[in-house]
Amino acid sequence: MEKKNRSGAVIFSPYVKGEAVKKVVSMKREDVLFDLRESKLKGRGGAGFPTATKWTLVAAAASTEKYIVCNADEGEPGTFKDRVLLLEYPELVFDGMVIAGYVIGAKLGIVYLRGEYEYMLKSLEDYLETMRKENLLGKDIAGKTGFDFDIIIRLGSGAYVCGEETALIESLEGNRGEARNRPPYPVNTGFMGKPTTVNNVETFAAVSHIVIKGGAWYCNHGTDKSTGSKLFSVSGDCEKPGVYELPWGTKISELLELVGAKNTKAVQVGGASGFCIPKTQFDRALGYEDAATGGSIMIFNESRNMLHVLKNFMEFFVEESCGQCTPCRIGNTKLLEGVEMIEKSEFTFGYINKLKELGKTMQVASKCGLGQSSPNSFISILENFKEEIFNSGGSHGK
Amino acid sequence: MLLLEKNAMTEEIELLVKKHGNSRSALLPILQDIQRKHKYIPDFAQQEIARLLDIHPVEIYSVISFYAFLNTHPKGRNIVRLCQTITCDLAGKENVAKAIERELGIKFGETTKDNRITLEYVNCLGMCDQGPALLVNERVYPKVSPEKAIQILNEIK
Repeated sequence: MEKKNRSGAVIFSPYVKGEAVKKVVSMKREDVLFDLRESKLKGRGGAGFPTATKWTLVAAAASTEKYIVCNADEGEPGTFKDRVLLLEYPELVFDGMVIAGYVIGAKLGIVYLRGEYEYMLKSLEDYLETMRKENLLGKDIAGKTGFDFDIIIRLGSGAYVCGEETALIESLEGNRGEARNRPPYPVNTGFMGKPTTVNNVETFAAVSHIVIKGGAWYCNHGTDKSTGSKLFSVSGDCEKPGVYELPWGTKISELLELVGAKNTKAVQVGGASGFCIPKTQFDRALGYEDAATGGSIMIFNESRNMLHVLKNFMEFFVEESCGQCTPCRIGNTKLLEGVEMIEKSEFTFGYINKLKELGKTMQVASKCGLGQSSPNSFISILENFKEEIFNSGGSHGK
Repeated sequence: MLLLEKNAMTEEIELLVKKHGNSRSALLPILQDIQRKHKYIPDFAQQEIARLLDIHPVEIYSVISFYAFLNTHPKGRNIVRLCQTITCDLAGKENVAKAIERELGIKFGETTKDNRITLEYVNCLGMCDQGPALLVNERVYPKVSPEKAIQILNEIK
């Protein structure tokens, strides 16, 4: 595992393997939770649930058996920050999991690594082995009597929906990766029915830094409601695609300039399940209060056909819908059919408007985040690029 | 399946159950190990796993059918997957796909006659900054051009 020369204010700032673990064992659990609450860290997978709240709930749950789950099922199109973190900064992620184990009182942490990342498995397991040798995992970690914690890695098998936390838990339990009804939430009834905290790879990485440098330091970065920094996975039409660490509140136009994007027509924020932002709104800021994202930024220049982009997204959702609830299973198929009708110029505006209504129904009626967010790109692309899509007279190039 | 093959399979699954445990949560790791070795999970293996984990064989089939990387019918010795998601698509996936299809003489979803390669599409591989991306078994290749793709395929045994 080689480290590239990356620098950033928070995640990519200097960190020595194990330092947060060694510090945390001398702290009281409440103090760690206090630091986290002060940092206002929110879940980095995209949903943005306050991490301190989640951990406090699991820590307070009355059970002798608790679990830490690291969600490394990074399947959202356009997202690859977890790949970079796991390959180049495993110490941040695993130390963060050990800290979670200490605070919550869990004995086992499970990394759910997507099947497509199987090529990382060997190096990650080797890394865990070195942690065991250095007493950062195993029994009496860092000399703290009675603090036992270990981490195992479990592979996914190519199902996007398993990134949803309850579907992920189902998959860990050996079932089809179908989302559960919530409540009960995993903080009460998670893996094996025990209290479980499921956090994103990047969230654990942020925790390691917060333990060393404090919650107030973390708050110095970003905006009031979106503290800290975010890793953005930038891809598409630009000169320098890759992972960038930027403070929350960065404007889309600033990001575009940084990555060398020219003649940009649209930016898809948040992956296929996110929103498509047209040129006129590039002054919007990235953050939970405005353009929220799990980090996926896909850039499309003037030469791209937005209907083709939308079709690709809808094909993705039709394939990846798990099929257990009707709004998502049938809804996505209908939306894709609608896109194909537009492509062949065999549509009526009346029907397309009905499909937008259907999309809004899916957003409230679907069981999990997949069906609730899959209509986002359908609605936003047809709304923001209606002139291009409906005025081209049926001649759609690539 | 020959009796000899059946016995070997039973033995293999018994070892896997020893390694991963006989709880329901061990099911996916067991299936993944069989898939990795045999490139599919035969009916007989499903029955044996069901027996050893004490669950109904239908449950095993149900789980296999859910996951894109598990299958109940034989595939080629190597599975080649091309990312079809948007950024790889914009980076020229279509040309790579056509070149591979021409060279191998099969379409996506098919297996070569010599059983060497099964060709499939896959959704986002997380290599969006380096597309088009190709996954050969578990190894990933970034920035694949049509020419490079053929070169990679030619090296597969």
